[in-house]
Amino acid sequence: MEFALESRIGQPWKRPKFIKSPVVRWLMIVAAIAYLIAAMYSIEVNWARVYRGLDRGWQFVLAFVSPDFGSRAHDIRVGLTESAVMTIASTVVGIAISIPIGLGAARNISILPVYLTCRSIIAVSRALNEIVVAILLVAIFGFGPLAGFITLSFATIGFLSKLLAEEIEDMEKVQAEAVRSTGASWLQRYVYGIHPQVVPRLVGLSMYRLDINFRESAVLGIVGAGGIGATLNTAFDRYEFDTAAAILLVIIAAVMVLEYVSGMIRAKVQ
Amino acid sequence: MVVSTKNGLKVWQRRDRKYQLISWAVLLIGTAIFVWCWQEISRSTTWAFFWDAPRIAADIGSRAMPPRWEYIFTLWEPLWDTLNIATLGTILALMMAVPVAFAAARNTTPSAYFIRPVALLIIVSTRSINSLIWALLLVKIIGPGVMAGLIAIAIRSIGFCAKLLYEAIEEIDEKQVEAIEATGAGRWQIMVYGILPQIMPALAGISVFRWDINLRESTVLGLVGAGGIGLQLQGSLNTLAWPQVSLILLVILAAVLVSEWVSAKVRGAII
Repeated sequence: MEFALESRIGQPWKRPKFIKSPVVRWLMIVAAIAYLIAAMYSIEVNWARVYRGLDRGWQFVLAFVSPDFGSRAHDIRVGLTESAVMTIASTVVGIAISIPIGLGAARNISILPVYLTCRSIIAVSRALNEIVVAILLVAIFGFGPLAGFITLSFATIGFLSKLLAEEIEDMEKVQAEAVRSTGASWLQRYVYGIHPQVVPRLVGLSMYRLDINFRESAVLGIVGAGGIGATLNTAFDRYEFDTAAAILLVIIAAVMVLEYVSGMIRAKVQ
Repeated sequence: MVVSTKNGLKVWQRRDRKYQLISWAVLLIGTAIFVWCWQEISRSTTWAFFWDAPRIAADIGSRAMPPRWEYIFTLWEPLWDTLNIATLGTILALMMAVPVAFAAARNTTPSAYFIRPVALLIIVSTRSINSLIWALLLVKIIGPGVMAGLIAIAIRSIGFCAKLLYEAIEEIDEKQVEAIEATGAGRWQIMVYGILPQIMPALAGISVFRWDINLRESTVLGLVGAGGIGLQLQGSLNTLAWPQVSLILLVILAAVLVSEWVSAKVRGAII
């Protein structure tokens, strides 16, 4: 130690490195650079096309300055209503299904077979991308908001059940035991012993999921599952950038309002 | 304690009358809204298709079921593209997110009244638009291909990364910053020696977390023409080549599981 100190006197201090072992550090740096070169090499960019597109990009930026809410007002309203309807219905149904699955997926209150079943439902729901699910459901149920509604409900289950189950696993055991000692049935034990403990988190997560579902519902229309995404897609396809800008502004405004409201409710409940 | 009287006996209740009324009213309004929403959905649904769905699903399933395994050889390149979109997109996003985060954090922003709102606006607007919409837009502007997907992922990730990062910056220990300040360090030196080491674990965690999300999102970007494996999916769907579709879905599922495993491992190693 002393020797180390002696030899260091007079030398400037150096910041300790993020990765301590120099071999690992250099290996990672070399690997990262090799990957970057390989990745960059594989990207083909048609610069002439980009150059031609810049003009269109500039038009789109200009469209944000003068968005056109008027000429497609009806379509925007219909699309937005459909998105809102899908969001609300799927969140409600999603929550209703998530609660039993969340209970089943909490190791401390459920038996092993139920636990494994519920956990695998959650895993499947989380692994599948919303858009992929929507494509399959559109193929099965046909175009329209029903496919979107089922997609969002399914996605809600994976999100909400997992977090609810984790919350139940972290809960205070004493309260549930106290209710149990009064001779309460399984349902009473849940309603009076467990539910009051997780309800603030459940409300918070549900509001958060409502927020996510609205954002997702804005893109499901691109694959035909209803909502404002379909309107947006059409506007882009027709190069009506001013209408597209208007729709995007509407989406941003709706998301901001929703985020603000959900944040307020979450702050109040927690 | 809330008590009601029933047959001369006192019975415990969870809520008093006021809260009971409020909760019933909320339930009533909620149910009404839900029923209305359900009617709206039902109105624009062809129910014949719904009742027919199990047969259609079984039909599609039977067409898709032995996946066309040899198709995997044409999928390696799109898969590599997808990985590149996710990784380079995340790197690009971090490059833009770090300055935005520093501008948005209350304790590091150069000006709380002018630059901070701009940074917050960037965070909110990039976060509220899905990467698929960005891709749709960029395909129109710079043409279809990997580049459009990469930029779409990058733009979408700025808000997410910057938000988590500026929250981490606001939570740092001010004493360490003060200690660096006391040595007479300049503004940049304070950042590099006082703030950066404190947020480094958060930054690494956020980037791996976002990389995982980006890989999921980049698998579908091809649907709007922005490169990657989604392009193959779109092509197979359009030609009704269901055995190829099922193989692609399996590959996507595997990619998602691997990325989740990698990100969990890396985050576990960092935190």
